[in-house]
This record gives sequence, C-alpha cells and structure tokens, in this order.
Amino acid sequence: MSTYKPLAALAFALSFIAAPAFAQNAGLGKPISDADIKQWDIAILPDGTNLPPGSGTPAKGAKIFAEKCSACHGDSAKGGVTPFYPSLVGGQPLTNGIDTVKTIANYYAYATTIFDYTRRAMPYNMPRSLNDDEVYSLTAYILSLNKLIGDNDVMDAKTLPQVKMPNRDNFIMPYPDRL
Amino acid sequence: MPVIGLDNRKVVPHDTGMSKAHMAPLREEIMGKWSRRRGAPSLDDVAGNGLINRRALLGKGIAIAGAVGATGAATGAGAEPLIDAPWSLAFGEITPPLQTPSPFEKNVARALSNPNGEFRNSHARTPHQLLGGTVTPNSLHFSINHCGIPDIDPAQHKLVIHGMVRQPLEFTLETLSRYPLVSRMAFVECAGNSAGMFAKVPLQVPAGLIHGLVSNSEWTGVPLSTLLDEAGIDPTAKWLVAEGADGGFLDRSVPVKKAYDDALVAIYQNGERLMPGNGYPMRLLLPGYQGNMNVKFLRRIKVINQPAYSYFETKAYSQVLPGGKTWRFHFVMEVKSFITHPSFGLNLKEPGLYAISGVAYSGTGRISKVMVSADGGKSWGEAALQGPIHEKAFTRFVMPWRWDGQPAVLMSRAYDDGGNVQPLRAEFVAARGEAANPVTTPLAFPNQHYNSITSWAVDSEGGIKHVYV
Repeated sequence: MSTYKPLAALAFALSFIAAPAFAQNAGLGKPISDADIKQWDIAILPDGTNLPPGSGTPAKGAKIFAEKCSACHGDSAKGGVTPFYPSLVGGQPLTNGIDTVKTIANYYAYATTIFDYTRRAMPYNMPRSLNDDEVYSLTAYILSLNKLIGDNDVMDAKTLPQVKMPNRDNFIMPYPDRL
Repeated sequence: MPVIGLDNRKVVPHDTGMSKAHMAPLREEIMGKWSRRRGAPSLDDVAGNGLINRRALLGKGIAIAGAVGATGAATGAGAEPLIDAPWSLAFGEITPPLQTPSPFEKNVARALSNPNGEFRNSHARTPHQLLGGTVTPNSLHFSINHCGIPDIDPAQHKLVIHGMVRQPLEFTLETLSRYPLVSRMAFVECAGNSAGMFAKVPLQVPAGLIHGLVSNSEWTGVPLSTLLDEAGIDPTAKWLVAEGADGGFLDRSVPVKKAYDDALVAIYQNGERLMPGNGYPMRLLLPGYQGNMNVKFLRRIKVINQPAYSYFETKAYSQVLPGGKTWRFHFVMEVKSFITHPSFGLNLKEPGLYAISGVAYSGTGRISKVMVSADGGKSWGEAALQGPIHEKAFTRFVMPWRWDGQPAVLMSRAYDDGGNVQPLRAEFVAARGEAANPVTTPLAFPNQHYNSITSWAVDSEGGIKHVYV
C-alpha cells in the first residue's frame, strides 16, 4: 500500500488545482493572435480564400523564371536535365495509361495549387524567398505556357481562382463516407 | 485430398493406397517419442506443395523434429566436437551509451533512392527481407523527404492550431509532453509503396525494394482531438490543413472526421523521440491513411471548410484509373500482405523445413486471417498469426513448410476484420490497371495504392524469383 498515500495526495491536489482547467480543457496551449500567425498562414484554398494582395503577368513571370527557375526546370519550363525536373508545359492525355505523367495541363484541378506550391516551396533551395507579385507572375507565366490563360492576362486574387483547369471534372470520390 | 509433402512421399508413395497403419512405424522412427505424445498436432499438410498445419507450430518442436529426423541429424552423426570461440576467451567491449547493431549486420540497411545526395527528393526503404517480428527499428523506418530533412531545434519548434477555432493556440514539445500521452501500434505506408508492381513484367529485386515504403512502430503522442477541443473547433468545419516545418512546408488536407477518429500528434517512436527523417520533433499520425498525410515536422493545423488541394494531394498521391479518371480522397491503405521469408535474395540452401513468414496489415482494421499458398494459388492454407493483433498495424504470419526440392510458388493473401480481402493480381489489374510503359526501376512510381499479392517462385536449385500469378 506504499503508493496509496502519494496517489491520494495527488488526487486531492488535482481536485483543487488542475481539475477546473481540465474540466474545460488542459489549458496547455498558449493563446496566439491571428496577426502573429500571419507569416505561417500560407495555405491557399481552391476558391481563392487566403490569396494575398498583388498581381502578376506572364511577361513578368518569364523574366523571373529565367533568373530563378530555369536552372532546374529548363528554358521555358520545358524540363530540366534530370527526369526529376520534368516539363511544366503540356502533358499526354491521361487516357494513355495509368502511368501517364501528371502535369498542370492534364491533371491539376485548381490553378490555386500552382500559386500555393510555388510560394511555399520554390525555389527549392530558397523557399519563401519570392514575393507575392513574383509568385502571381510565375503562376501566370506557367498558365500561359500551357495556353490556360491569355498571354496578357493578369493573375490576382480575383482572376486566379477563375481559371478553369481542363481536368477538373475527371475526378471520382470513391469513399465519400471518409470525409 | 491433401497433397503429400516430402517426408511422407519418401516413405510411402502417394498413389499406393497404403493405409496409415503402414506409415506409423516409419513416422515413429523419424519423430521418436514425440509422435506418441497425447494430443500431438497433426503433421498433415494443409495445402499443396508442403504447407504444414499451422497448429504444428504450437506443438513444441514437433514439425521441426520431423524435418531434422529425415536428415539423420537427430542422431548427432553430423556434429563436430565443440570448442570455445575466441570471443569467449577475452574481455569484451565496454558497454557504450548508444548501442548499434553488430558489424556482422552492416548489410541490414535501407535502400536509397538518392545515394549521391543530388538536389532532389530522397527516399530510404525498409529492408523487410532482413527483419523479423513486427516493429521496424527506428534506424530502419522508411523515410521520404521531398525537400531534405530539416535540422529542427526542438526548443524552438512550435505547433499552431488556428482557423475555424474559438481560440488559436500554440504548443511546444514541452507542453505536449505534459498531456496524458497515449501509445499505439501503427504502420505508416507511402501511397506509392509497391508501385513497381504496376509493371507488366515483375521486377527482380528484394522485398524491401518493392515494399520498403511501409514500416511499423509504436507511436506515442497526444490525441489530435484533445488539442482541437482545447482550441474550440467550429462544429461546421470539415477539413484541416496540416503543414510541416520542412523547407517546402509540405501540407495535406485531412478530414476532421479522421482527426476525431484516431489521429495523434506523435512525439515518440518506439519509445524514443522521433527520428529526424520520421518527423522530429512531432508529426501527425493518421493510422491507416497514406503516409504523406502523416505530416512530419508538424508546425501548423488550420481548421478550414474545404480541402486545400495542396500540391501533394493534387499531383502525386492520387491514382489515375484505366480510362483516365482519377480517384480523389482515397486515403486508406488497403489490406495487404507480403512474404518476407523466403523471398528474392534469400535462396534456399537445401530441401527441408522452412517457415514462410511475412507481414500483413490493413488501413481499415485488424488482420483476421492470412492464407498462404506454395503452389501458385492452387491451394491455400491458413497461416498462424503472431499476436497481439493490433488494428492498422503489422501482424506477422507464419506458415511451416517442407520444401521438397521441386519448384514452388509462394503467395500470401490477407483478410481484415472489415471483410476486405487482398485482391488477386488479375482482379487488381482489372480494376486499377497496370503501367503502359516499361518500368525499369523499383524506385519509379507508375501509380499509387498497390495492394495485390506478391508471388515468389522457388526453382529446383532453391533460387527465388519474383513472378506474377
């Protein structure tokens, strides 16, 4: 019975000190304001939610691409020197086979994904180094190379979510009960 | 009518019609007193080509006694006089603070996709053909890193929960450690595991190169539901986006439903802090869901009202079907098994007794049964399962087998307690397709979510090849 008394003492202490906090919650999370989360709050949703202010054009994007992206992705985004950096332009029809390489043109459902990933992960060696105008411009450039927008179209928080991606309606949800 | 295995075939030709009474003295000669023990398990084959009743495993050496007896070793005729080995005649190494495997085990290592450290993603695969049991050692847990492994100072790392919550909250490793932690076994499997089997021609590589992107651990952490409740989640929210602190901030959308089912924020892996390549200092654990969703280096969970269609859920980890449509939000790694012993690279030295052994698991629940075949699927016998059987975790199966020196094809097929059955290859290919183009390397990912049967063909020399049945 040597453990009885310490346990009883602990329970007694908890009943006065910790129990009120646990009744609501543990209270171990430290409150933080939305303003303090802003730098991390980078997920863009397909309807455009959370897209930042700013804008860009394919022409501006072409210049940035040549400077910051083509070393891996190749000139005009036609693909790098290794298979790990495939072309960002075009793509075979997915009806060619289940192993068809998925691309922006043949696969992506939402243009917001290009903006989100470029901003969070590119360039590979310096993520988050592009400003929002640069990301809009690169997104516009890639979309225009794929003939998904016009060469002079401006991409911003309003126009980007409206870009209709060709493969958007070719998805099936086999297990809606999991959502 | 069971097919007769090697021992019995030598003694009594199968087709003579001789009764068991004729066999009895010979069996006794082989097995000695054990054959007379009351309640001794049957040595009858349960399926073709030498599969032995799994209950023989419980018979305290009966099957093994029978097998050894056939070679005459039970008499000690082949033994040599024992001598003391040199390592027994010296003072050994001083015990180190962190122990590492014997130098004799240096080949037990992960297979790398990027051994020269090129500027791209890097994968390491678990060498299942060299491991036993169900727990993957931490140093051998598979790891995929799209932007390298970040060098995270745990004292500086933060986890934020925000979005559709009453009060955004920040957590540290220290604060998470103060919660009443829970532990559970769980496999983590990359959705692209076994993708080489989408190839039309079977790849001739070890099991770890085909199936090495799945591993199994005891994970310890805080239920995600506890943290979401503390932040006060909006009851109308249906999704989370979970994000890592790696360069690239890998993120995935996760249904709130899964978060409240069995998700953990894991901070220990098999009793020690997470390995850097497995998400140090904290990761999301979504038991049974595709590995990429188990976001490593977890730094942020945002509660949202729609899926984010992040890069990784958009591009890589979903499967194109024959005809060109794609399954979206598949998530679950389905019921699967593969034989690790014997398998490619583990050739059989001589006829006799072997244990066919492997792992089975299901992202929907517990393994209920594993059937094994040694004749390419013509007949099947039920393997023994090593307990305890945890849900959404590895279960090791074992089937004693007498190899008679003739060609055999070894297969395993798993069943789970939800009624799901591992598909035969023909069924799988009909539903999910196979690669149109040749697959020249096991490192390729022609598609995702492969869970059909692996078959190992044993030739008369004991060599083992990967085959499709």
